[in-house]
Amino acid sequence: MGKEKLLKFVTTRQFIRTEQGRGLTLMGVPFIYAALLLAAPLTAVFALSFWSQDYLEIDRTFTLANYHEVWSQPIYRVLMARSLGVSTLVTLVTVTLAFPIAYFISFHIHPSKKLLWIFLITIPFWTSYLMRIFLWKVILGYNGVINGSLTRLGIIEEPLSFILYNFNAVVITLSHAWAPFAILPIFVSLEKIDRSLLEAATDLGDGPVRRFLCITLPLALPGIVAACLIVFIPTVGDYVTPRLVGGPDGLMIANIIEVQFKRANNPPLGAALAVSAMAIVALASLLFVRLNRKYLRSNSS
Amino acid sequence: MKWTLKYGLWAYVSLYLIFLYMPALLLPIFALNDSRIVAFPLQGLTWRWFALLWETEALHDALRNSLIIASITAFMSTIFGLMAARASSRYAFPMRKGMAALVMIPLVLPEIIVGVSLLVVVMQFGFDLSLWTIILGHVLICTPFCVVVMSTAFNNFDRSLEEAAFDLGATRGATFRWVSLPLVLPGVIASLLISFTISLDEFIIAFFLAGVDVTLPVYIWGLLRFPARLPSVMALGTLLLAASLLLLISAEVIRRYGARRAGTSSNGHLF
Repeated sequence: MGKEKLLKFVTTRQFIRTEQGRGLTLMGVPFIYAALLLAAPLTAVFALSFWSQDYLEIDRTFTLANYHEVWSQPIYRVLMARSLGVSTLVTLVTVTLAFPIAYFISFHIHPSKKLLWIFLITIPFWTSYLMRIFLWKVILGYNGVINGSLTRLGIIEEPLSFILYNFNAVVITLSHAWAPFAILPIFVSLEKIDRSLLEAATDLGDGPVRRFLCITLPLALPGIVAACLIVFIPTVGDYVTPRLVGGPDGLMIANIIEVQFKRANNPPLGAALAVSAMAIVALASLLFVRLNRKYLRSNSS
Repeated sequence: MKWTLKYGLWAYVSLYLIFLYMPALLLPIFALNDSRIVAFPLQGLTWRWFALLWETEALHDALRNSLIIASITAFMSTIFGLMAARASSRYAFPMRKGMAALVMIPLVLPEIIVGVSLLVVVMQFGFDLSLWTIILGHVLICTPFCVVVMSTAFNNFDRSLEEAAFDLGATRGATFRWVSLPLVLPGVIASLLISFTISLDEFIIAFFLAGVDVTLPVYIWGLLRFPARLPSVMALGTLLLAASLLLLISAEVIRRYGARRAGTSSNGHLF
């Protein structure tokens, strides 16, 4: 027995000394951490969503009641739809506004100055996230920067009310908060484009519009897709922005999840909401990637 | 046609930069504005909001908690980042991609999900919420960033240097200590600074996992409901912006220095 153990120990040590073993050991530590603190907790949330809250205790008999409530109650459907609507719109606005900036830096700025420009883009985002969101409340408010200056300039009489405490305010604020996350991936994909392709197209008689549509845009597509996903996925679950600038009609799914876990003391329902939201986001992202691949394939053939 | 396009693009970029900088520029303006109300018109210059920060005990506690959390988080996630990046850039082993993917998942998960799932586990096991529960969550979300930074560092360096040390009789440990580590050290420092900054600014996970001791963002969140405290929040924000700028600039300077030493060009990387 002792000999067997010793043999096992020796072979384990020998394995650790091989290339494979070294790699596995190194990767193993962060992997086990992620497995224990991410995979296991996510599984726990999944399990919790099938249980129910019985006053202070958790009743562990399997039930689909939470999911039934999530998918049938109008309030949850409204919040889920609004979250998806907000993040889809934010993704569209952010990526559309970001593309010309990334293009400008990649094609119109001298290579030695590019890093400086990227810095210039990211500097405003190293303020506290909470304060950035809060400052948009100051900018969009009734006597805020926009309304104040427009009134003083005599352009408007009454303050504009469609820009605070509603859906629009959430979209504007989030489009600002996620701007660099859209600019950077698009910039990287534009940088990878071989400039001689564009020269070849010019030599063959293509105009600037055709060059842009047939070469630049298709080659930048991976960056655009990455930017869309990077903006879309986290914004669905944003908590701070709807709370600060959304008002009663701008609340999103993360706000109700928080309420279930804290004030309403119904974690199983909160878990079912979280699992449903994750499933919808994952499905939407997969669909988007799939559609994009299909488009690319049909284009190349 | 070409000229109008160029000037149009410049005009657009200028407008966009105004949009990007608007909140950040307002921060120092309101921090120095002599009025209890954070709104226009401005009233005059004052330093009293900064002075008020010195006298607020609760703020100092929150800042200390945040600094403790950010330091431990930076240390742990950089070590994890170092291990994962080294493993995937240097060794071939089964399940390499799958294991790396799990480590990187927090990058594409809404933070509220990470917060909720850790809260569920903490509740189930009856642990107390403390600074440690926040650290556990922060290490999880910072590690992917560290992996990215460290992978660039490892990919940039010339492996023949390691082989040379090996051939000259250095042990594995000595090679790592005297050859590899000095070469990726700038990456290590950049990774420390980035994870430190992310942890310092993270709100939602800390909001879910904080017990009696709160972090700075959680404390600020509480202040945002009291209009009278807002000017000092602006002063605090100004100081935080200055501090993170300082950290980032030093990270970039160190990275450039390292890139020069490793003998690779430095264009195209942000950090």
